[in-house]
Amino acid sequence: MSTSRQTRTITNHLSLLTSHFSRLAVWVVIVFFVLNILALIAAVAVDSFATTWLGTWLPAGFTLRWYGSAWTEFQLDSVLIVTIEVAFAVVGISLLVGVPAAYALARRNFRFKRAVLLLFVLPLLVPPMTYGIPLATVLYSLHLAGTINGVILANLVPAVPFVILVMTPFVEQIDPKLEAAARVLGANTLRLFVHILVPLLAPGILAAGLLVLVRTIGMFELTFLTAGPDSQTLVVTLYYTVFAAGVRAAQSIDAMAVIYMVTTLIWLLIALRFINPAQLVTRVKE
Amino acid sequence: MTMSSFDVRRSSGTFDRTLLLVVPGLLIVLALFLYPFLFGFILSFSTGKGTSLGNYAKFFSTPFLSDTIGTTLWISLPATLANIGLALPIAFVTRRYRFRRLLTTFLVVPITLGTVLVAEGLLIYLGPQGWLNRFLLTTHLSTSPVHLTHNYWGVFLSLIISGFPFAYLLLLSYLTGIDPTLPQAAATLGASPWRQFVHIYLPLLIPGLAIVFCLSFVQAFSVFPSAVLLGAPAGPTRVISIAAYQAAFEDYDYPMASAIAMIMAGVQLLVVVVVLGARILFYRGPSSGAKG
Repeated sequence: MSTSRQTRTITNHLSLLTSHFSRLAVWVVIVFFVLNILALIAAVAVDSFATTWLGTWLPAGFTLRWYGSAWTEFQLDSVLIVTIEVAFAVVGISLLVGVPAAYALARRNFRFKRAVLLLFVLPLLVPPMTYGIPLATVLYSLHLAGTINGVILANLVPAVPFVILVMTPFVEQIDPKLEAAARVLGANTLRLFVHILVPLLAPGILAAGLLVLVRTIGMFELTFLTAGPDSQTLVVTLYYTVFAAGVRAAQSIDAMAVIYMVTTLIWLLIALRFINPAQLVTRVKE
Repeated sequence: MTMSSFDVRRSSGTFDRTLLLVVPGLLIVLALFLYPFLFGFILSFSTGKGTSLGNYAKFFSTPFLSDTIGTTLWISLPATLANIGLALPIAFVTRRYRFRRLLTTFLVVPITLGTVLVAEGLLIYLGPQGWLNRFLLTTHLSTSPVHLTHNYWGVFLSLIISGFPFAYLLLLSYLTGIDPTLPQAAATLGASPWRQFVHIYLPLLIPGLAIVFCLSFVQAFSVFPSAVLLGAPAGPTRVISIAAYQAAFEDYDYPMASAIAMIMAGVQLLVVVVVLGARILFYRGPSSGAKG
């Protein structure tokens, strides 16, 4: 073999080796990351079942009593009811408002469309804590803060733009000739929606609704800033108990944390039957 | 050419009532997002003695308050860089993997669970009695428990756990948007995967990278629950959102809280402008795909 061919073969082998090595390194990082997340979830779960757990790998004994005590101590029945009320109200209103808006934005061009689109995208880009404080100030001055209505209003701010953003590609997929045919036959916009658009958009509406539900249950900052003592969602109650952790038994806090985890993950699992998991975060091109 | 009744209606000059469908959503965003910002902006200028820059002056002259900017930057910038630095190679390597959907599903879990639960989990897992320390001690990787809670590192790690999946998913969507025939063409011309990455993927990714950096940074800068629960909110991890919260809900000084919120938004905006401005220096082309 000539020397130039030898060096080429060596460089080929080297680049193959580095690419294999980098692949291995990446998988090590992924496994490490996944293990740590599993470990932190498991730590909470195991602690919630522990009688006592000090200084050993696993607790001394297991019990279910912390769940009962957490249920009564933190009034989880009313907190869960508030969480469900807020979540479903936000889903309902945001779908009702967002789907028609997505339709209008997908189908029409108008003079201030870019400004309107920017306005709808901003609440998703700006973190909730940044706009939450001004929002809470306004809601307090309107005496809406501290009530469940204030919490619902606050959570609508990221939810409506999210629905619009998720639904717009679904609307664009529908053939406009179907709508044109309906209008030729005399349908007004309401009948168009009820008989043509909503049935065709049903998968998208379901996806958007589930995504908003999961996000609202986990949305901490907005509810935290606007809730009163009887309008807290589960995640806010969890925060307050962890915050005052010295006063209560850690195990009952973790029991509530497990209840929160199960509530969130159930809806996530249901949502994942219908959607690509990445849609929780970004627009996904299927 | 015949026009359909659809077109005739639109060009006849009558107001297109379909546009009214946008109004409810627009009202919600205007009333609950834009108006509070304007309200807060105006409110931030009102001190006890009329309107002035008093609140802002007080913020910048009180180290307890103004140091929060530096503290928050010190936490959020390294965390964002770490998230992007981890997410980019991992997204690149896993972009075509079969089990990518399983990985994506799993990575969505920390985002869904939220920062409060991650903070509580880390308090137990990383605590002095937790499994990580136990592991380090039994394998003699460390001689004494490693302090990872109630300090900077706890907050940093929680930002990685909730920020890395976010950066990974966004970068993945940008990566898969790049036309795969381009690196293939480079490969037929003899480019190794490394050269393909540096000369093909990276330049096309720079706009996406800039956007992902901005979004991740902005998220990390507004850190709140982990800074309180997992950090040391009295000192080393006293972030600016804590200062804003305390002004609003402990001091009931709404003008001051609005001022702090404006400063918070201002710093975020400044960093975003700097990053997006810098990326224009690098690459002025289209940001998606590469079909010329």
